[in-house]
Amino acid sequence: MEITSLTLHETRDLLKSKQISAREVVEALCQRIEKIDPKIHGYLSYDPEKAFADAAKVDVNLPLAGVPVAIKDVINVAGHPCGCASKILEGYVAPYDATVISRLKHAGAIPFGRTNMDEFAMGSSTENSAFGPSRNPWDTERIPGGSSGGSAAVVAADEAFAALGSDTGGSIRQPAALCGCVGLKPTYGRVSRFGLVAFASSLDQIGPLTKDVEDAALLMNVIAGADPADSTCLDEPAADHTAELGKGVKGMRLGLPKEYFIEGLDTQVEQRVREAVHHLEKLGAKVVDISLPHTQHALSTYYLIAPAEASANLARFDGVRYGFRASEINGLLEHYGKTREEGFGAEVKRRIILGTYALSSGYYDAFYLKAQKVRTLIRRDFSDAFAQVDAIVCPTSPTPAFKLGERTADPLSMYLADIFTLAANMAGICGVSIPCGFATSEGKQLPVGLQILGKPLAEGTILRVAHAYEQSTEWHRAKPKL
Amino acid sequence: MSSTKFDVQYVAELARISLTPEEINTFQSQLGHVLEHVEKLNQLDLANVEPTAHSFPIYNVFREDREQPSLPHDLALSNAPRQAHGLFIVTKVVE
Repeated sequence: MEITSLTLHETRDLLKSKQISAREVVEALCQRIEKIDPKIHGYLSYDPEKAFADAAKVDVNLPLAGVPVAIKDVINVAGHPCGCASKILEGYVAPYDATVISRLKHAGAIPFGRTNMDEFAMGSSTENSAFGPSRNPWDTERIPGGSSGGSAAVVAADEAFAALGSDTGGSIRQPAALCGCVGLKPTYGRVSRFGLVAFASSLDQIGPLTKDVEDAALLMNVIAGADPADSTCLDEPAADHTAELGKGVKGMRLGLPKEYFIEGLDTQVEQRVREAVHHLEKLGAKVVDISLPHTQHALSTYYLIAPAEASANLARFDGVRYGFRASEINGLLEHYGKTREEGFGAEVKRRIILGTYALSSGYYDAFYLKAQKVRTLIRRDFSDAFAQVDAIVCPTSPTPAFKLGERTADPLSMYLADIFTLAANMAGICGVSIPCGFATSEGKQLPVGLQILGKPLAEGTILRVAHAYEQSTEWHRAKPKL
Repeated sequence: MSSTKFDVQYVAELARISLTPEEINTFQSQLGHVLEHVEKLNQLDLANVEPTAHSFPIYNVFREDREQPSLPHDLALSNAPRQAHGLFIVTKVVE
């Protein structure tokens, strides 16, 4: 048995029954990474010594005792680097734990390594990482998606049992779809953002990337819940996200939004998603056609709101309190200008400039305020839809994984990769992507993701649908040949 | 909502980011395309629509006014590019 091919819950069970030790788990993981990661570059760094030290202290009675969980380089783990795959934070060592990390530790899990990402979570391919892109385990000539591409790639390549990512416009669900794993974006406010480096504060959420649906539910049980350190965190009682697994979809109403089956949707992706929806129908769900009429405006709205918030959030990188500071500077303005010129990559600069423009005097009403009003319409679309259906089913990404370099010259074409995911962030609702088959391109099998969207705090419902589909198909067991 | 007045160099100065002449050219054209795309929002009638800043606005989140441990001084300074005597060194603001 290859330990690293196990899911989180399988590993936990073996640890609990003392069939393997936490040290053996960490050892197997490090060996796998050493062998595989040169091809994938899913990790920016990992520290075997720290992981062994953590493994030695594990209390097997805890719910996730001894299981390493890979962490996206945007979440603070005390004593570990936290660089957001950016030059401006090179060498930064986190002085404290994010709330999700203290909760993982409290549950006995071992926060492990730093997974690669697009710089400051801005991107859909990990090609914006200052330290080189990650590669898709199903075809290493292709991107793993992004921005949590490293997290998705290491889960898919069995270089992690599970991972945490962050999702501002699709950054968990889109890479999960392209790499063939499960990725959940919780309801806005379900999971504390304390210790998550902020990109767009009204959209960001931390969530799990896993090998199966049960693992996503188990991780949500640990990381979700109110937090006094994050005032936007919803004061909702902790839910058992595994409670609805196994209940099936009989009698559930699932909405199929016509605006998600448009020109630009890859024909193989469309086929796989329609087959998956048909499969859910056979399992007893009732599928109804619905409309989310403002879908076509989601992209424009998102690319005003997210950069506007980012331009304010990233003002903190000024070369004074932490991070990179340019040398040989003359005066304060040059200090800021050069530090940020040399520290930030192209996409981060583009978004800060776009956001600054959208917020600037004379343009605020025309851009930012207008986008906020369209955001209201997008939210309303979803609340109207959820009055008729229990969940919405649609593609996660319009295409399978594309090739490295294919979209880097044209930012707009890169932004289109998130066209089916970003509306959920603006509405604050939850969504999960699960594997639903493969597209074939140039002789390679490329995973396709089915997205299931749910109303606020309905993580249990979408996980129930996801679980019913997963447990009656075999897609989640498929492994890339590496 | 016209993007013709969009001057990348001026906005970059507002954002305190220096740019090379090549970057100015590239960004001007790339962001010009993005702004053209965004202009589609003009098709919508938004006269009676309230803006949404936040999906679930929560107001007045208070906690008990109790003393709590804060980040230790040395840890707060541990990532500073320049520091001395327990303080951050900043670039001179006034000549």
